[in-house]
Amino acid sequence: MNGIHDMGGMDGLGPILREANEPVFHEAWEARMFGLAQASTHPAGYTVDLFRYLGEQMPAAAYLAQSYYERWYFLTALALLQGGMVTLAELSSGRAAPGFARRADAVKAEAVPSAITGGKDSTRESKAPPRFARGQSVRARNIHPAGHTRLPRYVRGRRGVILRRHGAHVFPDSRAMGGGENPQELYTVAFTARELWGPDAAAGDEIHLDLWESYIEPA
Amino acid sequence: MPPDHDHDRDHLLEHVPSDPALRVKALESVLIEKGLVDPAAVDAWIEAFEKRVGPHNGARVVARAWVDPAFKQRLLADGTAAVAEMKLLGPEGRHVVVVENTAAVHNLVVCTLCSCYPWPLLGLPPRWYKAAPYRSRAVRDPRGVLREFGVELGPGVEVRVWDSTAELRYLVLPRRPDDSEGLGEEALATLVTRDSMIGAGPVPPAGARKSP
Repeated sequence: MNGIHDMGGMDGLGPILREANEPVFHEAWEARMFGLAQASTHPAGYTVDLFRYLGEQMPAAAYLAQSYYERWYFLTALALLQGGMVTLAELSSGRAAPGFARRADAVKAEAVPSAITGGKDSTRESKAPPRFARGQSVRARNIHPAGHTRLPRYVRGRRGVILRRHGAHVFPDSRAMGGGENPQELYTVAFTARELWGPDAAAGDEIHLDLWESYIEPA
Repeated sequence: MPPDHDHDRDHLLEHVPSDPALRVKALESVLIEKGLVDPAAVDAWIEAFEKRVGPHNGARVVARAWVDPAFKQRLLADGTAAVAEMKLLGPEGRHVVVVENTAAVHNLVVCTLCSCYPWPLLGLPPRWYKAAPYRSRAVRDPRGVLREFGVELGPGVEVRVWDSTAELRYLVLPRRPDDSEGLGEEALATLVTRDSMIGAGPVPPAGARKSP
């Protein structure tokens, strides 16, 4: 979706504010929100792609107005609502509705150390040989998927060169929408700054993006 | 009536407490009551990212690359395998690509679409990295951003911006300070700053104090 989250190249979003000796969390509730998002039982079919897609669906004005962990609240709560695990009334009151069935399968603290050193492998067995080779000239397709995509607007229609191949990876546009993993080849594609931003950009500078095979076409 | 997902999305924030601390408290209370979270597991995640997972991990990788040419070669050829040798893979850092700053190239990492960042190597990202101003500008005006960050690019240096659009997580291998020759791996690791591993700051000379 062409949402507010797709910010690359926009103007007018203010100065970059850096903070000396920044704490990991600025408020206690931010830490709780982080931990809840990691440790709570996720609805069936919940993946990192859905996590991102739910965040993208926050109304644009709220997306800009809310802080990072407020956005985490939004997408976590939305996932729980859509998964039928909580109701709006429960989120509002902080109390479970009468008659609920308590679950006993929440992740225990003892399981956290292995979760922190794990990580999910998003590579998959290739189903088809890669269509593009290193050094090949390609064009990012001018597509505007209504759902989740990891193809930023600022490269659509622009020419680049295949820099690296990474094998088949889970395709987020599909998995976020409940369409399965649909793995396809992932490439790093190099675009010159001038191709993206015109003649005022510095000669020789490049912007590199990781793009799935269906995002690009021969050029 | 089937659940109305559009209604949830558009009106969720009207139904919940406006104070984020209360909003999150209500969420946690409900999840605990329904057996959907163990608060001790929440504590464990917080403690790990406040105390154990942070830029000192990435700094160890960088320092090893500076003193061990064979490791550096493996790191640049297959970051995931080399970082796995040091047992530093994890969530938001299961696939790692390391890009090297040289006399001719300066690398800068961003995630324009969200906040992708190599957690196991750098910890959770700083606010500025996750915020709109950096996400919007880093790809369009990297030289202006780098100037603000105090990174002086020598003449003829080309910039490479890496927009983390997939599950690959990028770590910049900064240039080793000229005056650090006598230092061993552990001492070198203390010089390496978080920002230098994003490409957003210089590594200070060995004689200077460490900054974020």
